[in-house]
Amino acid sequence: MSRIKSKFQDLRSKHQKALISYIMAGFPSERDTISAVRGLVKGGADIIELGMPFSDPLADGPVIQNAGFQALQKGMNLDKFLLLVKKIRMETDLPLILMTYTNILYRQGYDKFISIVKKAGIDGLILPDMSIDESKDFLQAAKKNNMDVIFLISPNTTPDRIKKISDSSSGFLYLVSVFGTTGGQQQFQNYTTHAIKNTKKILGGKIPLGVGFGVSNPDQAKFIIKSGADAIIVGSAFLRLMENTPSEKIESKIGQFTSSLKKATITE
Amino acid sequence: MKLKYPKNGKFGEFGGRYIPETLVPAVEELEQAYLKYKDDVEFKKELQYYLTQYAGRPTPLYLAKNLTKFAGGAKIYLKREDLLHGGAHKINNTLGQGLLAKRMKKKRIIAETGAGQHGVATAMACAVLGMNGEVYMGYKDTQRQKLNVFRMNLLGSKVHPVKEGTQTLKDAINEAIRDWITNVKSTYYLLGSAVGPHPYPVMVRDFQSVIGNEILAQMKKLEKKSPDSVVACVGGGSNAIGTFYPLIDEDTKMFGVEAGGEGIKSGHHSATLVGGSKGILHGMLTYLLQDDEGQISETHSISAGLDYPGVGPEHSYLKDVKRVKYDAVNDKEAVEAFLLLSKHEGIIPALESAHAIAYAMKIARNMPKSESIVVTLSGRGDKDVEEVGRYLSKNVKNKK
Repeated sequence: MSRIKSKFQDLRSKHQKALISYIMAGFPSERDTISAVRGLVKGGADIIELGMPFSDPLADGPVIQNAGFQALQKGMNLDKFLLLVKKIRMETDLPLILMTYTNILYRQGYDKFISIVKKAGIDGLILPDMSIDESKDFLQAAKKNNMDVIFLISPNTTPDRIKKISDSSSGFLYLVSVFGTTGGQQQFQNYTTHAIKNTKKILGGKIPLGVGFGVSNPDQAKFIIKSGADAIIVGSAFLRLMENTPSEKIESKIGQFTSSLKKATITE
Repeated sequence: MKLKYPKNGKFGEFGGRYIPETLVPAVEELEQAYLKYKDDVEFKKELQYYLTQYAGRPTPLYLAKNLTKFAGGAKIYLKREDLLHGGAHKINNTLGQGLLAKRMKKKRIIAETGAGQHGVATAMACAVLGMNGEVYMGYKDTQRQKLNVFRMNLLGSKVHPVKEGTQTLKDAINEAIRDWITNVKSTYYLLGSAVGPHPYPVMVRDFQSVIGNEILAQMKKLEKKSPDSVVACVGGGSNAIGTFYPLIDEDTKMFGVEAGGEGIKSGHHSATLVGGSKGILHGMLTYLLQDDEGQISETHSISAGLDYPGVGPEHSYLKDVKRVKYDAVNDKEAVEAFLLLSKHEGIIPALESAHAIAYAMKIARNMPKSESIVVTLSGRGDKDVEEVGRYLSKNVKNKK
């Protein structure tokens, strides 16, 4: 069983939902990424999502754009990313998901890229610009390498398409909570709650539902969990915190914030 | 070879739809609307009305006698898209998509622009069709094309300077796509080139095909045959695909001219098909300028409209099946052609189009006088006089 799948099983038995935390590889530096991972582990994150920067992140808002830009400026590349993943693997056995854009994989060839990152310790992939309609070769390569593929859906995705997309997803299905790019929302609107409830109905328990984009504090996390999500995904809020914290305090600050979010996922 | 309405939006392996899921319903709605109206009699009549009465179609096919004499070979005809309202071919597409957006009941229009020509054409279409336009433009481009920023404002559209990334056309597209994701229900994204997710490359090509269709009809009248060669500049490639597509099944040699910048070897260029590799950007699989790890490269061209690391997917296909020859012309040659056409014919071409002129001069020399070349003069160069002035003074200084 994949690390992601068994994590969700384990959480279910403990009456908990999953906290998935996103950080950008190499932001603000490679060392800080490791410190952040330590904080995430201590704070109780369930799954870590690691961003590999891409020059043109068109689904991302200003915070992740800027983090990716800085990571690239400081020389983040595939070799360094793999090294970082291996280092993270020495710290923790938590499921690790790689989030990047399709061209990063396509350039190496899907099979080659997926087998390399799998060997380094990546358990799943999220590609916001990989449409199910273009995914045949990608899915084949992922299957061959036992890599989980987490597709995204949106509040305007039709029920038929949600079914089709969830059939090709493994690990969990990622619901984008809002119309917009990644980054903080002031307040969620009714359509987000509807989307969570409708999607849960369609999925019928076959695969967990994670909700992200704009979840940035414990209250929002609680709200999303209450609406029926199996996991919350928090990204930009972590990056903002790292941006404003001196290196030596990143581990403890991230730890505190993580544990405040994790509390929101414990339902009993 | 002619792919009328390609299956799954694919030109061979190129094109497709690599987009965030939020946009899927939007492109599907767009495709449905396009399929419904593209052959609709009323729609075609209304578009025809605006193209003739508002934009000034058909445009002349002008035999450039002085230029022909100067080159000393084949006859050079200029397809005068520069004479269209707004000064470029872009209006062919913005009127078409604008009328479509209106039928889709979208009131808010967003667009990206490089040199500002598509932004101006969008602002004009929005003004005349009664819609609200907002245009994303790289900050660097707003600085080198100030006149067009002013024009867009005059025409009632709002310009958003984009300070992310390289601050040029590709970043303007990124930002327009982000806006579209955020306002997907209310907003129509009026893409200006034959790029992006399906159906944009097909739709933009179809709206621009009026160029090639007129060339064919005009040449049959003037020369009693289709042109021996056609030449067009390629950034995203909308004027080029509009020129090529109607002629694909004719006995015509086709040349697409990319921006060679400071030379292909220098690495400072925008010649995607000449110097690029396959990849995925802005919703499509196509040739791109990128590094070994798939990061998109910084591009360079003196012409903001060609300064783009991707290219329309149909061009990638036409390159691979060898129907069109793609080559590059550098900044220096483009500026020379800009000056040459101004002096010899009294026509100031857009720097983008000057690339095509430069290339046509090269091939005309080696063609017999009985043959003819048609060059699509995609736009006029008023917007570029400052940029050329800067280039000339810089290069004169360097020589000293």
